[in-house]
Amino acid sequence: MGDTIFALASARGKAGVAVFRVSGPMAVAAVGQLCDVPMLRGLRRLVWGEVLDEALVLRFSEGASFTGEEVVELQVHGSVAVIRAVSGALLELGLRPAEAGEFTRRALENGRLDLAQVEGLADLVEAETEAQRRQALRVFSGAIGMRAEGWRAKLIRAAALIEATIDFADEDVPVDVTPEVLELIESLREELSAEIAGSVVAERVRDGFEVAILGAPNAGKSTLLNALAGREAAITSDVAGTTRDVIEVRMDLGGLAVTLLDTAGLRETMDRVEAIGVARALERADRADLRVFLLAEPGEALMMAPRAGDIVVLGKGDLRGEGISGLTGQGVDDLIGQIRAALEERVAAAGVMTRARHRHAMEAALGALEIAENRVRVAGAELIAEDLRQAGRALDVLVGRVDVENLLDEIFSSFCIGK
Amino acid sequence: MKHFDVIVVGGGHAGAEAAAAAARMGARVALVSMRRDRIGVMSCNPAIGGLGKGHLVREIDALDGIMGLAADEAGIQYRLLNRRKGPAVQGPRVQADRKLYREAILRLLEQQQGLELIEGEVVDLVEEAGRIGGVDLASGDRLSAGAVVLTAGTFLNGVIHIGDVRRSGGREGDTASIRLGERLRSYDFARGRLKTGTPARLDGRTINWSILDAQPGDDAPVMMSFANRSPKVRQISCGITHTNERTHDIVRRNLSLSAMYGGHIEGVGPRYCPSIEDKVVRFADKSEHQIFLEPEGLDDDTVYPNGISSSLPAEVQEAYIRSIRGLEVVRIIQPGYAIEYDYFDPQALSPGLETAVPGLYFAGQINGTTGYEEAAAQGLVAGSSAAAQVLGRERLRFTRRDSYIGVMLDDLRARGVTEPYRMFTSRAEFRLHLRADNADQRLTEKGFAAGLVKESRRAAFSAKMSAVNALRLNLEEIKVLPAEMRAAGLAAGKDGSRRSLLEVLSYPDVTWDKIYALAPQAESVDPAIRDQVWCDALYAQYLDRQENDAAGLTRHADTPIPGEIDYRALPGLSTELATKLDRLRPASLRDAEGIEGMTPAALILVLAHCRKAEKARAAHG
Repeated sequence: MGDTIFALASARGKAGVAVFRVSGPMAVAAVGQLCDVPMLRGLRRLVWGEVLDEALVLRFSEGASFTGEEVVELQVHGSVAVIRAVSGALLELGLRPAEAGEFTRRALENGRLDLAQVEGLADLVEAETEAQRRQALRVFSGAIGMRAEGWRAKLIRAAALIEATIDFADEDVPVDVTPEVLELIESLREELSAEIAGSVVAERVRDGFEVAILGAPNAGKSTLLNALAGREAAITSDVAGTTRDVIEVRMDLGGLAVTLLDTAGLRETMDRVEAIGVARALERADRADLRVFLLAEPGEALMMAPRAGDIVVLGKGDLRGEGISGLTGQGVDDLIGQIRAALEERVAAAGVMTRARHRHAMEAALGALEIAENRVRVAGAELIAEDLRQAGRALDVLVGRVDVENLLDEIFSSFCIGK
Repeated sequence: MKHFDVIVVGGGHAGAEAAAAAARMGARVALVSMRRDRIGVMSCNPAIGGLGKGHLVREIDALDGIMGLAADEAGIQYRLLNRRKGPAVQGPRVQADRKLYREAILRLLEQQQGLELIEGEVVDLVEEAGRIGGVDLASGDRLSAGAVVLTAGTFLNGVIHIGDVRRSGGREGDTASIRLGERLRSYDFARGRLKTGTPARLDGRTINWSILDAQPGDDAPVMMSFANRSPKVRQISCGITHTNERTHDIVRRNLSLSAMYGGHIEGVGPRYCPSIEDKVVRFADKSEHQIFLEPEGLDDDTVYPNGISSSLPAEVQEAYIRSIRGLEVVRIIQPGYAIEYDYFDPQALSPGLETAVPGLYFAGQINGTTGYEEAAAQGLVAGSSAAAQVLGRERLRFTRRDSYIGVMLDDLRARGVTEPYRMFTSRAEFRLHLRADNADQRLTEKGFAAGLVKESRRAAFSAKMSAVNALRLNLEEIKVLPAEMRAAGLAAGKDGSRRSLLEVLSYPDVTWDKIYALAPQAESVDPAIRDQVWCDALYAQYLDRQENDAAGLTRHADTPIPGEIDYRALPGLSTELATKLDRLRPASLRDAEGIEGMTPAALILVLAHCRKAEKARAAHG
């Protein structure tokens, strides 16, 4: 175990309360010297030469703390001077200021969190919207680990079946394990595929959905963007082709992180700069998660056609009396509702895997399983075993390892080995 | 006082191989055993090899060891296990005539130059200046040596159980060896307790063979040693029978009388070799268990019933055995028993199997393993390492990438044991490369360089490899079109590109007959050479992939790892790996790579750290 570290766990600057966290083998001993009464649970006076402050002291014992080590938390008054004095005292007691992320790293190393949980924690700290919070909390509470454990169990079972026929060929093990192996691979493939599909959405919840506003020049796209954003994010004018580049506005749309894209009006143009803007608009709109088509005229045909699930609205509602208007706000709430509904429908399918890293691991595992499945009937058991190992290694990235001891456990508990 | 370089204590499989290996290295060796005629005794089942174990025998053989040679001298039934699966998981196994095997081992040891066999009882180890300097015999003689390899088997606290009857199974109770026991205890090595069992031995003349199925050996027997081509003695069949519900009833009714289930035994037994009591309890839904009836020798009527080891009282054993088909009137020569013994935690051993006491090496059961082959392989490691140490030479090193021996050493050192350790092919992550058929390719040159392999063996290997390489090159040079392949009756792809015959050879269902049509010269090549080329071709693409995984790192394999490195402070290294690295202290990146559970990512971390340390040193000039 490492040395004892401390850090201010709350934000810097003046506040009602500031929290110090101390972790490591010397935590209790060191803070004990600082307190007037060494019982580390309750209101204590911190004394170092003189009384520094009154603090609420909380002790977390080894194995039951965030880092897994002995941890003491000090809640002091959040003044710059108090923080400086307490930091100084902790330093003089021989403790080391923690590096960025060091508490979390210790939690990881001591098995309090798995890698995915650490990622979840990072997301939770960063979460800005409700959906992000919910998702991050799910990851932080170990949802990925649990999912991966389930897969691991199936993978170990399949590998054990194969290995049993290899290492115990001379014994009373079932000769044909193929049906069960195939069944396990099949169900793993299905679950992985579903989770991979869901991970794309989950990643969006984490990073934000992109919603592109498209339309002819002067249809009122920028005005609409500003209305949606609630501020003057884009320049508006009655000159057609005012917006040239793609303008991004990040916002919380009913609990979902959304990046709205205002784009150049779609039209054929001789202006080289405008043409680049149009090409960019089409390209970004193509990659966006959802497109809002703002029509200047009913039935207007644009350079890009709406796809299933896209939203088509009629603009300039202030002039027409019907449709939407960024200027007067007419229909804007309704549009927000539509965008939200469209995105929420997708969120419902979100998986627990939130990062590209997770998806790559799952894709690698899926690839290995597909090879294994194709091979089950034609190739030697040792090659299938190799594929299953590959799949296992890929899942290792998510949590712990598929260990040969786990394999042997499974074999010995399932089959009567030992002639 | 006689002086030797290496003294090996014990004449079991570990001791015999250790003594032979140390002597091959050029050391003057004494093998001290209680009785010369007990050297090389097979104390349990009369067979050598099998899955994982056959791989070990081939590796020992590739290093010029004696186990494979002796097994072939005594082989009365050959079976290549997993014959229908790929060569990577095929394990040669032979049933060996007990007497012939023992005689062969003794003969091979007697013929070994520089090796003296001494009958006597070692009663103490001699310590000189903090290291082991020899042994004291019960006769009062002292033998001095630079290193001692102790292969004491179940010597420590060995207790034999038959029902509630127990007796000392080791020599520790004898007054003569109390000193040795005390000496070992004084070192304060961590210990554990294990158990193992053996079945009753039956009189073959009282078995009704005529109503039982026979299991013959293979039609084309595969030898244990690379040096042999065909069996040396008459071949026999084994019998097969099964337990039944009546057998299980008898066992169940008497469970409380079993040493194991009656609570007389505290040691942990192997899960892969359960007693009949275990089978009946744990697999209650099975209505029968298979038993192989294995004759113990050509002129020996003793039969080993493989599959029904037991520690029930003798009369219960007789009752349940006689409930089995074909054994209705069988006579029991010796009842089965369970034996408990102490082992020393192998996590404390060096890669050469040296203990914390300089000059003292341990090999075999004393390290928590089970099986003749595992013991012999450790004997080879300990014997050759001890000799290298005394002679001031480089010791032969093994890794998980190059051998099952390396897998075993790393498993023992990195994890220790919780049950008697036995080799399985599934323990080897590089299984496709670690095959029984290529053990010589993996180890013979290396063994020669270390001085463990004699010139004659190396010459035979070189001749084989020139033939293998010639055929391989030949096939690689012949490129065929899909049309030519189809004409020869081979399945061809649609892309129309030429393929080398070597590549074609690796396709499923390709037989040599079809290759001959395209490369007639292959037909005249020795079938053994053809087989070898085929085995190598079969896994080439997988091995390439594994090599690629490691390619980026092999360039740095020789990077030394500074001794003072603090693995726990390396960010990103899992606690598990950090702990392992901290304990095993690999000297170079190559050694680190050989550690079980080591990932490429972790290696890169270690490499990066070495680089940083190097730069820091350079900066400080």
